[in-house]
Amino acid sequence: MAFVQQSSPHARNARPTSRVMLWVMIATLPGLVAQTLFFGWGNLINVVFCIAVAVAAEAAMLRLRKKPVAFFIRDNTAAVTGLLLGLSLSQFTPWWVSVVAVISAIVVAKQLYGGLGSNPFNPAMVGYALVLVSFPVAMTTNWAEPALLWQGAPGFGETLVTITSGQQTAVDGWTMATPLDEYKHKITTHTAAEVLTHPTFGEGIARGWEWVNAAFLAGGLGLMALRIISWHIPAGFLGGLILMSLAFGSNADLYTPLSLHLLAGGTMLGAFFIATDPVSAATSHQGKLVYGTGIGILIYLIRTWGNYPDAVAFSVLLMNFAVPFIDHYTPPRTYGHHKARRGVPGNQG
Amino acid sequence: MTQLWDFRGGVHPAEHKDLSTARPIRCAGIPERLVLPLQQHIGEPAEAIVKVGDRVLKGQKIADIGTGVGVPVHAPTSGVIESIADYPVPHPSGMSDRCITLKPDGEDQWCPRHPISDYRALERDQVLQIIREAGISGMGGAGFPTNIKLRPPRDRKVSTLILNGAECEPYITADDMTMREKADQVIAGLKIMAWILRPERCVIGIEDNKPQAIAALRIATEGTQTEIAVIPTKYPSGGEKQLIRILTGMEVPSGGIPADIGVMCQNIGTAVAVANAVLEGTPLIARVVTITGEAVREPGNVEALLGTPIEYLLQQAGVQQEKLSRLVLGGPMMGYTLTTEAVPVIKTTNCVIAATARELPTPPPEQPCIRCGECAAACPMDLLPQQLFWYAKATEFEKAEHLNLFDCIECGACSYVCPSSIPLVQYYRFAKGEIRVQRAEQLKADRARERFEARRARLEREQEEKELRRKERAKAAAEAEARKKAEAEQVAADGEAVDERSAKAALVEQALARKKAKTEASRPQPAADSAEDKPDLEALEKQLSQAQSKLETMQGMLDEAKAQQADNVDKLERAVAKNLDRVKRAEDALAETRDKLAARPTESQSNP
Repeated sequence: MAFVQQSSPHARNARPTSRVMLWVMIATLPGLVAQTLFFGWGNLINVVFCIAVAVAAEAAMLRLRKKPVAFFIRDNTAAVTGLLLGLSLSQFTPWWVSVVAVISAIVVAKQLYGGLGSNPFNPAMVGYALVLVSFPVAMTTNWAEPALLWQGAPGFGETLVTITSGQQTAVDGWTMATPLDEYKHKITTHTAAEVLTHPTFGEGIARGWEWVNAAFLAGGLGLMALRIISWHIPAGFLGGLILMSLAFGSNADLYTPLSLHLLAGGTMLGAFFIATDPVSAATSHQGKLVYGTGIGILIYLIRTWGNYPDAVAFSVLLMNFAVPFIDHYTPPRTYGHHKARRGVPGNQG
Repeated sequence: MTQLWDFRGGVHPAEHKDLSTARPIRCAGIPERLVLPLQQHIGEPAEAIVKVGDRVLKGQKIADIGTGVGVPVHAPTSGVIESIADYPVPHPSGMSDRCITLKPDGEDQWCPRHPISDYRALERDQVLQIIREAGISGMGGAGFPTNIKLRPPRDRKVSTLILNGAECEPYITADDMTMREKADQVIAGLKIMAWILRPERCVIGIEDNKPQAIAALRIATEGTQTEIAVIPTKYPSGGEKQLIRILTGMEVPSGGIPADIGVMCQNIGTAVAVANAVLEGTPLIARVVTITGEAVREPGNVEALLGTPIEYLLQQAGVQQEKLSRLVLGGPMMGYTLTTEAVPVIKTTNCVIAATARELPTPPPEQPCIRCGECAAACPMDLLPQQLFWYAKATEFEKAEHLNLFDCIECGACSYVCPSSIPLVQYYRFAKGEIRVQRAEQLKADRARERFEARRARLEREQEEKELRRKERAKAAAEAEARKKAEAEQVAADGEAVDERSAKAALVEQALARKKAKTEASRPQPAADSAEDKPDLEALEKQLSQAQSKLETMQGMLDEAKAQQADNVDKLERAVAKNLDRVKRAEDALAETRDKLAARPTESQSNP
């Protein structure tokens, strides 16, 4: 009688990586729906396109690296990277910009570093930052004017043609500055009340944006409830941002108010879906708090005093740099020991 | 209400305990053959004190321990000793070991027993001796001899005695059923141990998924000071260190034992065995074993004689061979797979899981670690399983040790939750094994070096002594000569016998000179080993620089550890000393080789 020989534990109850990634994708759906409703078909088209390119790029790279293609594709991580890029890129981003972003995310930031688990930087944000600094005009002028899908947002066909043609002639009529940009630039010469008359702010905080952020927040809370992400990174992220905002920006006539920081731009998408990428984030609970808080603080700094508009991507990447350092200084105290043993000299893991 | 503390980490695996709690404990009966390993616990194996062909009675001692840590083995029933040979024993490696095989005669005839009704009238040492003679070792896991455990070092007072009824592993219900059905014996055993140790507090920790056991124990402890602590169900609450933390809020220091903080843990089964040994005079010859899993028709708990083949128990429970895919001894979290059903029940056997392929499926292939940190969240010892995994995989054992690898209790919680299905515990076992081997080799090398140095010192000393003696002799000879000369001169002056005497003196002188030459020649040649193979200067230099850089690294680690007052300072100091030695040796070797190279040409000239 030949029995199965296996080392303990024999019981396992892990959610495989592929299912975790699938849940992440499902959790972005409310945000994607909100984006589609308020900004038209752009993000939906981006998402589908980016996922397809990401999976294809991943498969090609795995093949080049002589790795089992199907085995790795099934972990869904490439699809998530594509999805996150699709959600982050502006609605009328030309297709080739998306391709450059996705390729640099998958090929350079992920596979050239050794594939899943070996990348020190968040692939989606590497792709995003790369196209942002390379094609600043295409990246910053393509944000759709917030309009309900059934109230004048460009139709599916028009959006698709705009994205694929590379002819951005029609775009001008549909786009405008993002609320954070608008506020930052106008507040130097106007009062808060005057700035807020701009149509991008609408009746509430930031027309459309607030709903998109709320939807991503809901999806993120769902992930937390499913214990797919821990609360530490989002809490640190939002905590850092709130803290900085309260410390510096209490005067709305000088600085962007807290409500805008939280509910405009990519704040919630960043807090729950981007900063929480486990591969490039800190590992211990304490470390995750530090990591998240660092991102929150950097976002405020970049949004307030920086020149580039997209603070989330840069903040996440900057904190990715700090992860080995954070991990080095935040190990837990082992049971039966007096104090934590910090790091190992010569290798910070 | 007893105050409880929580420990970080832990997991909640599916319990599967109801499989085996439906029936009361059954008696497994006497199988055709009993196989009794001479080593059933930590420590030294016992030695057989019976011969093949001897008839033994039930409860008769058939193997005993001469010196060292261990307990005797007894015949579980009456019968004839059939053989003393190697048989497969329960061990993760599937190895064989020396066993006594007993062919039962079916009469189950007891040897005389000496029950003690009032053990309080005895000396404590006498009771400990009874426990030892009964062959009792811990029946939970490792199986440390109970009489030794019950005698903590003199400077360690046990103030809290814990009876571990947590039984946190899925599937296993042996302790649960024992508490339900033998609550009085459990408490009797606890009382005996408490009488030996005189603790201030006795507490039984039970997970809250065993309401019937809790109720039974509550009745049995009514009116006594013993606390029943109902603890939340979480794996591994039954781990000694975790249970101590839950019940006392204290932590066993790393590398220490519970007695260091005044605590002792004993297993439920051990308590019953102690009660039986003292009050009934029965040695440990049987134990409760859970036979469970979906491949058996009638899972449950059986009272099995030690030495009963697992095969026999499985057949009794109605094993369905075609469904059976994995046979696990112990629980699904920490147990190990068996290669054969022929292994016997021993003192530490608490559970046999006959699992179907659906029940315990083969894990999916290992994926890359995505640093999700689930393992760290699940680790009850607050280790960094992920970093340990990397270092183990990269065979950077010193770093793994630095991250407290040896505090890992191998509970398997990390592997249980790993989304990449990495067999983490296996990596730690590998690293621990390698480090142990390295340590043993280091020890051996140290001893060899000490021996070598002692020998060199002895040779030098002998040489010096020889030289000294030689000088003394030479001096004495010179004096004698001078005297003789003087005498001779005098005699010459005296006349007659002069010639004769001077001839004698010349003879003596010659003899002395011969002897001197001989002594000189017998001195060892210091350059005798110069005919070795060609020394490789480059390799030696490389070795030296490597050793130096390693020493620097270790020194750096030590300085940092010292600055932080970390508790691994002594470990690092040892490492630094070791590396210092290495550097010195390398330097010596290099210098020697250089000398040799320098000396070689002249040597070859002088000895063509």
